[in-house]
Amino acid sequence: MVEKTVVDTEFDRVVKAQKCKIEVNDLTISYAGKAALSDVSLKIYENEIFGIIGPANAGKTSFLKSLNLMNTFDANMKVEGDIRFNNRDIHQLRNVYALRSRIGVVFPLPVGLPLTIYENVALSPRLRGIKDKTSLDQIVERCLQRAALWDEVKDRLNSLGSLLSGGQQQRLTIARALSQEPEVLMLDEFSIAVDPVTTMRIEDVLKELKHEMTIILVTNLVQQAHRLADRTAFFLDGKCIEIGDTEALFNGEVKDPLTLDYIEGRFG
Amino acid sequence: MHKTTLEKANSAESMFSVSALNVKNKKTQKLYSVLFLMMTLLLILPVLVILGTLIVKGGSMISIDFLFTDPVNGMTEGGVFPALLGTVWLVSLALLVSVPLGIAAAIYLSEYASDNWFTRIINLAIINLAGVPSIVHALFGLGAFVMFFGFGTSILAASLTLAIMTLPVVIVSTRESLQAVPHAFREACWNMGATRWQTIRRVVLPNAVSGILTGVILEVSRTTGETAPIMFTGAAFFLPFLPQGIFDQTMALSLHLFVVSTQVPNVPEALPYAVALVLIGMVLLMNSVSIALRMYLRGQKKW
Ligand SMILES: Nc1ncnc2c1ncn2[C@@H]1O[C@H](COP(=O)(O)OP(=O)(O)OP(=O)(O)O)[C@@H](O)[C@H]1O
Ligand SMILES: [Mg+2]
Repeated sequence: MVEKTVVDTEFDRVVKAQKCKIEVNDLTISYAGKAALSDVSLKIYENEIFGIIGPANAGKTSFLKSLNLMNTFDANMKVEGDIRFNNRDIHQLRNVYALRSRIGVVFPLPVGLPLTIYENVALSPRLRGIKDKTSLDQIVERCLQRAALWDEVKDRLNSLGSLLSGGQQQRLTIARALSQEPEVLMLDEFSIAVDPVTTMRIEDVLKELKHEMTIILVTNLVQQAHRLADRTAFFLDGKCIEIGDTEALFNGEVKDPLTLDYIEGRFG
Repeated sequence: MHKTTLEKANSAESMFSVSALNVKNKKTQKLYSVLFLMMTLLLILPVLVILGTLIVKGGSMISIDFLFTDPVNGMTEGGVFPALLGTVWLVSLALLVSVPLGIAAAIYLSEYASDNWFTRIINLAIINLAGVPSIVHALFGLGAFVMFFGFGTSILAASLTLAIMTLPVVIVSTRESLQAVPHAFREACWNMGATRWQTIRRVVLPNAVSGILTGVILEVSRTTGETAPIMFTGAAFFLPFLPQGIFDQTMALSLHLFVVSTQVPNVPEALPYAVALVLIGMVLLMNSVSIALRMYLRGQKKW
């Protein structure tokens, strides 16, 4: 925890000078020598929702993984190129854990940890050293509220999180990501296991959340990107084809006709 | 068009009728299930015969007195107390050494080590160590603990020998329990910024502990019966007094059984059977604890 505060002040100084949250240059990702993403360069600004759309196999998930340094979990996965978080090269970070705790991730397949619902959400605050019961209670309630799960589980916070339904587990995962109080929230097709009504509720929450954090939203639903994203990137077969203002893209102001074809559902 | 509708009607009808093929399939099915049942019964037959023989021939000698008095009269009369106590000493001390070491090694191998030549060599060594015959362990214990470290033939030397012997099994069973915890849980934790150790402590270990415990208890029951490794290193034929510390020798049930059934003249016929019954009773007790634990924990599935 001591290390973290040191990084904190450094990060914070840089944040104030720059609005660019994440910047990647010539990012190339490969699995066992096979490229999954090549030469992607883009910037993600603070407090925006950055949408990423594209068909399967486009490298969207791989992109998210590299930001979080998840390549260290997988010996096959190689990441080359520059990744800057708050304007600092993440490959030079000394404290990977501090970086990961600032980035909340939600992957398509929900993972409720085999702990109680309460502990699932309280885990990250506990890792940060928060022990006080009332603070933990507050965090748990607030995060579950925001993930639109509180009403369903408030009477059974002590039952196992891993035995909730798929959609509930997904919202639990979102609550857990929020409990990190992240600077960046990465959502990878979060609505796959969630019903449409709840999806809408979460989307509303995301619109609120962007005032507090930066959100990267990978989605298979182009309309979801349209509803939420400030800017949208279109990935195809490991390349970033186009990045632009979401409204403009959906109005047909595209540089590459492929983008419009995808948005309008003409292939995929 | 007309034809497919007809076929559909036929197949719908076939669910409610029985063809010759159905009858034959059903018969074969029945035949195999009976066959496999017989084989299973055949398997438990030896267990029943062994237990039955022991109870019939030695059961009459078993009593509280038998468990808690010393053997007397050249070991032809009296009880098995020093041997029983000795076995408890040896097994507990062995586990005290092998369990912490084994669990630590398993955690390292399962959670920290990356898959490289070094880890592969360690794994190979563990598998081979598990395959070493117990008599070889006995000679190793004699050379290493009794002579080289100068512990003499003592409880300490015998326990350490047993510990070395059980170590690979503890490692393997612990590692299996750890690996049974899905990898996704670990990644979810790491993604939150948890360190490896935080992840192990808060998520992996609490969910593996049941399997680890079961493995350890099964190991206890195996160690209880070992004879060769303790024969050269710390177990005595007969001792007129109880061990006072870990540098003393001790009697042990397994060796005592060997002695009364082959080495001592004029032993009443029931005695070896009774000693064997005590030994098996101990093992069965441990196994039942392990099975009960497993059943209890299986009822608490967490994912
Ligand atoms: N762990 C892995 N090991 C090997 N190859 C992988 C791994 N993960 C992804 N890949 C490969 O990388 C490429 C891009 O995959 P990625 O998951 O990034 O695509 P995606 O855009 O997220 O697709 P989807 O929309 O289906 O989720 C694919 O060809 C895939 O086979
Ligand atoms: Mg994906």
